[in-house]
Amino acid sequence: MARAAIPGRLGERLRWRVATLVGQRAETPAARTLVFDVPGWPGHLAGQHVDVRLTAEDGYSTQRSYSIASAPDGDRVELTVQEVEDGEVSSYLTNGVLDGDRLELRGPVGGWFVWEPAQPEPVLLVAGGSGIVPLMAMIRSRRQTGAEAPFRLLYSVRTPQDRMYLEELRTPDPGLDVTFLYTREAPEGWARRPGRLTGPDLAAVAWPAAAGPTTYVCGPTGFVEHTADLLVALGQDPDRIRTERFGPTGG
Amino acid sequence: MAIVSRGFHGRRQSSEHRLPPGQYEVTDFPVLSAGPTPRVSRDVWEFTVVTETGDRHSWNWRQLLALPSERPVVDLHCVTKWSKFDTTWQGVSMDTLLGDVETAAEYALVHSYGGYTTNLPLADLLDGKAWIAYGYGGADLPPEHGGPARLLVPHLYLWKSAKWVRGIQLLMQDEPGFWESAGYHDYGDPWREQRYQGD
Amino acid sequence: MTEPFGDEPGITYDDGEYEDGNALAGPLSDLFTVDVTTAEGRCTGCGAVGPIARLRVYGPAPGLVARCPDCGQVVLRLVRSTDEAWLDLRGTVSLRIRLGE
Repeated sequence: MARAAIPGRLGERLRWRVATLVGQRAETPAARTLVFDVPGWPGHLAGQHVDVRLTAEDGYSTQRSYSIASAPDGDRVELTVQEVEDGEVSSYLTNGVLDGDRLELRGPVGGWFVWEPAQPEPVLLVAGGSGIVPLMAMIRSRRQTGAEAPFRLLYSVRTPQDRMYLEELRTPDPGLDVTFLYTREAPEGWARRPGRLTGPDLAAVAWPAAAGPTTYVCGPTGFVEHTADLLVALGQDPDRIRTERFGPTGG
Repeated sequence: MAIVSRGFHGRRQSSEHRLPPGQYEVTDFPVLSAGPTPRVSRDVWEFTVVTETGDRHSWNWRQLLALPSERPVVDLHCVTKWSKFDTTWQGVSMDTLLGDVETAAEYALVHSYGGYTTNLPLADLLDGKAWIAYGYGGADLPPEHGGPARLLVPHLYLWKSAKWVRGIQLLMQDEPGFWESAGYHDYGDPWREQRYQGD
Repeated sequence: MTEPFGDEPGITYDDGEYEDGNALAGPLSDLFTVDVTTAEGRCTGCGAVGPIARLRVYGPAPGLVARCPDCGQVVLRLVRSTDEAWLDLRGTVSLRIRLGE
C-alpha cells in the first residue's frame, strides 16, 4: 500500500496559519463542529489532522491536535471537537469561541492514516466515539469525488445521543453501509444488547480478506487495540489495517 | 508572531521548574564522545539537506555565514544527567535552512562528520526549535563541542544536537540513529525522562 | 542504511581520549560468564582480526563504543540503563570466544 501525503515546501507545510471561525454547529451535547477560513490553506487528504495553537493575552500558549472532519474545500477547514473533562482547550473550543475569533492552525499532518479517492479497494471504517472524525472526512471525500469504492462504517458509541454527523449517516450515500453499535444504552427495540464491540460484530461488517480491503480504525487507544486484535483474529491482513489512536487529550 | 485568541485563558502549570526530572545542574561543559574528534576545515565544510526524493540543498561555510543568524540562549540537558543553564550560541535557524525545501517527509536523520547519526521528527527541527550553531559563548564553537558547526535542538536531550553536523536526510519512515539503535530513546524528551527505548 | 553524503572530504581526526578493550572487561562481565576481552572478532569495515582487548574504547557515557584500531569503524556498543543492557555487535562478523581455562 503506498504512502500518501501532500509534498510541499516545508516553510509552508509546517508554519502556523491564522484561522478565523466562520461557523459552528453542535453535533452532540458534547461535540461541536467548527468551520474555519484559513487563507492559503494548502489542501489536505481525508484522515489527516492539524495542530491547533491558542495563545492567551499574557503569552501563555498551548497546542492540541485535531483530525480534519471535512473533505478538501479551498480555504475551508472543519474540525469537530469533543469536550473533554477538565480540558482547557476543548472547553474553550466547545463553549467559548464565537464567529470571528481567531486561532492558529498548522498542517496538514500525517501521511499514513489517509484515504485517497484513487484507492479502488473496499474500505471498512471502525470508529470508537470521537474516532469518527477522520473517518467522516473519508466518507465526505468519497462523496465529493464520486469515488465508487464500497465503504462500510461501524460506529461504536455509548448512547444514541453520542452519534455525531447523524443527519448524514442516517441517509448514507450509495455504496456506504452504516452500522451503529451501542456500548451503554441502545434505542428502544434495538436487537443487539448494549456492550463492547466483539468479534461477531466485526465479522458482520468485515469484507472478505480475499477482496483486499483496507481497514481504518480510530478512537481511544484501548478501543483501537481491541479492534485491531479482533480483526486479525478474524483473518484480516494486519498490513491492511491502519490505526489512529487518540490520547488522553482527545485528539 | 503568535496571534492572541480572544477569550482563551488556559491553565498554567507552575513555572520556573527548569531542571528536568533526574538531572543536576553543572557549570562546566562536559565533553562526551563516541569516537575521535573530527577536524573539519572550513574550506571543505558543507551542510546538505537531502529529501526523500533525492533533491539536495547545500551550503558551504561562506553561504552559511551569509544567512541571517540568531543568538539563542538555551538550557542543555544531557542524558547522562547533567544540565547546563543559559548557554549562549550563535547560529542559523533550521527554519531558514528548511523553508524552501519541498518534501512530504515527517522524519529526519541527522548525519555528522565521523559517521554519527541521530533521528528525530522533522517537526522538532522547525518552528524556532533548532539551529545549525557555529558560535558558543561568544566565540567560535570549538571542535570538542562540535565545531565548526553542530545541530542545536535544546528541547531534546543533547545527544540529538549532533556535533560536527554534515547533513540531514528527510525520510518518510523513522530510522534510528547511532544511539537510538543501541538502546536510547527515539524521541528523547527530558521533561518526560525519555532516556532509553521503552521509557 | 544508505550513505547519502558520499565519502568524507579529506578531514583529519584527533584520536581523542580512549582506552583499550580491557576497559570492557568489567561491563561485559555482567553479560558473559567468560572473559570476552580475549575473544576475537573480525571488523566488518576492514577485515582486521584481533581480540576485543585491542579495540579503542570511548565513553563510558552515554555508552561504551569500541572501535577497530585499524580503520576506526564501530565494532561494538554497550549501553546500560538501570535494568537493561544493550549490546550491539554489528561491527564484527562474529566473535570467537575461548571457554573454560
